[in-house]
Amino acid sequence: MSATPKIRLRGLRKSFGEKVVLDGVDLDVEARHSMVLLGGSGSGKSVTIKCILGLIPPDDGVVEIDGRDVTRLSRRDRAELLDRTGMLFQNGALFDSLPVWENVCFKLLAQNRITRRAARDRAAEVLAQVGLAASVGELSPAELSGGMQKRVALARAIASKPEIIFFDEPTTGLDPIMGAVIDGLIVDCVEKLGATAFSITHDMASARRIGDHAAMIHKGRIIWAGHAEALGHTGNAMVDQFANGEREGPIQMELRR
Amino acid sequence: MTAPLDIVAGLGRAVLGASAQVGALVLFAANALVQLFRPPYGPRQFLRHFVEIAYFSLPVVALTALFTGMVLALQTHTGFARFNAESAMASVVVLSITRELGPVLTGLIVAGRVGAAMAAEIGTMRVTDQIDALRTLSTEPMKYLVAPRLLAGTLALPLLVVVANTLGVMGGFLVATLSLGFAGPAYLTSSWDVLEAMDVISGLIKAGVFGFLITLMGCWYGYQSQGGAQGVGKATTKAVVAASILILAFDYVLTQAFFSR
Repeated sequence: MSATPKIRLRGLRKSFGEKVVLDGVDLDVEARHSMVLLGGSGSGKSVTIKCILGLIPPDDGVVEIDGRDVTRLSRRDRAELLDRTGMLFQNGALFDSLPVWENVCFKLLAQNRITRRAARDRAAEVLAQVGLAASVGELSPAELSGGMQKRVALARAIASKPEIIFFDEPTTGLDPIMGAVIDGLIVDCVEKLGATAFSITHDMASARRIGDHAAMIHKGRIIWAGHAEALGHTGNAMVDQFANGEREGPIQMELRR
Repeated sequence: MTAPLDIVAGLGRAVLGASAQVGALVLFAANALVQLFRPPYGPRQFLRHFVEIAYFSLPVVALTALFTGMVLALQTHTGFARFNAESAMASVVVLSITRELGPVLTGLIVAGRVGAAMAAEIGTMRVTDQIDALRTLSTEPMKYLVAPRLLAGTLALPLLVVVANTLGVMGGFLVATLSLGFAGPAYLTSSWDVLEAMDVISGLIKAGVFGFLITLMGCWYGYQSQGGAQGVGKATTKAVVAASILILAFDYVLTQAFFSR
């Protein structure tokens, strides 16, 4: 392991009014590793990823990328940081008003790093990497199926060849076969780019496929971190209950009648 | 005993809340205006919104202005006939249209058509994470979404008002000459003689202000929307209502500024 983790979280806290969502999250993600953050609905997974990306300011704590605290970056430095990252949103978050090829090369076009003609070629190239024909580039996002939208969103996330890629529930809403296809594409793309991957999911099959390391968040705290292979037999009763999908165990769903 | 204090406390909370909202809105507008001057510039976005506002609003603005001019001529003629003052009809029509009806009606129509669409589009982008996606793609949402819309609205409304003024006066002319027996050249001469540059200029300045307010309300409420389809629906309604009220309020303020002596 390298001395400085690619992503380092220490004492990350975030509340929304009275509701404490993150209650001191500590987590390290090593460079070129694929970390999967597990947790139930409302456990703080998405808030963690948004705090790392600066989409939500944390109340307290440290978010370091390459050893640099990113919670106090200037506008310019944050833009530079975001240039090195990619993000696949849970619902794709493709821009409805733009054709697929412009979605894929949005960052490159917005920064004038590429001409519109070259962007079409680059989009076709990246779409091919996620198993889509170049002709898909001319379609509108609304004309695509859920699985195709996820692939386009993945293409957009990797088009600028980022160092770190975040995946928010990459297989949610997909059938098991399409979920496996998307996971396979994620693994391939991350390996080819030599990127660091940080995924959040509650889909255990997906977690095992895309992660080499995993951690579990529960009630705003990391309760376990280790190798993804250990999931299901970690020795931590809560993690094992979650990983095995068992109804009985230390984690009790809060149901209100 | 506590009831009067509760009322005062409630009133205080409402005033503080409203002040905070106004402050946030002013900062929002200032941020968008600053983004206009920061490179890289996005002429493509500006043109898209300019065409959407100026070109696609033309039919409804034109029809509204034409019929308003026609109705105004009829009503003015009917009313002024009681005082044998029908000859003042051309002056009343041209001044009413250029000073008030052209900019205000155009503003209200564009608020309903464009303000609502902007709030719905940006609101949908908000609730589907597209605004967060913009930020992760190194794009400042205020620069990409809000600034070009504000500029397009501010520049497009005066152009629409030029069209509305022309067609409104033409509507009055058609009714006056075809239905009320006025001589065409005399009607046009009366209209032209009474019209001063300030009558037209004040209307165009009002239109620019209305265009800014309409797009600001559309962007603001869209940006603030939350909670899915219902939240987007509420944002759309609020944007249109707020823009309409602001148009009428600013119309009074600007009229006072231009014409009170």
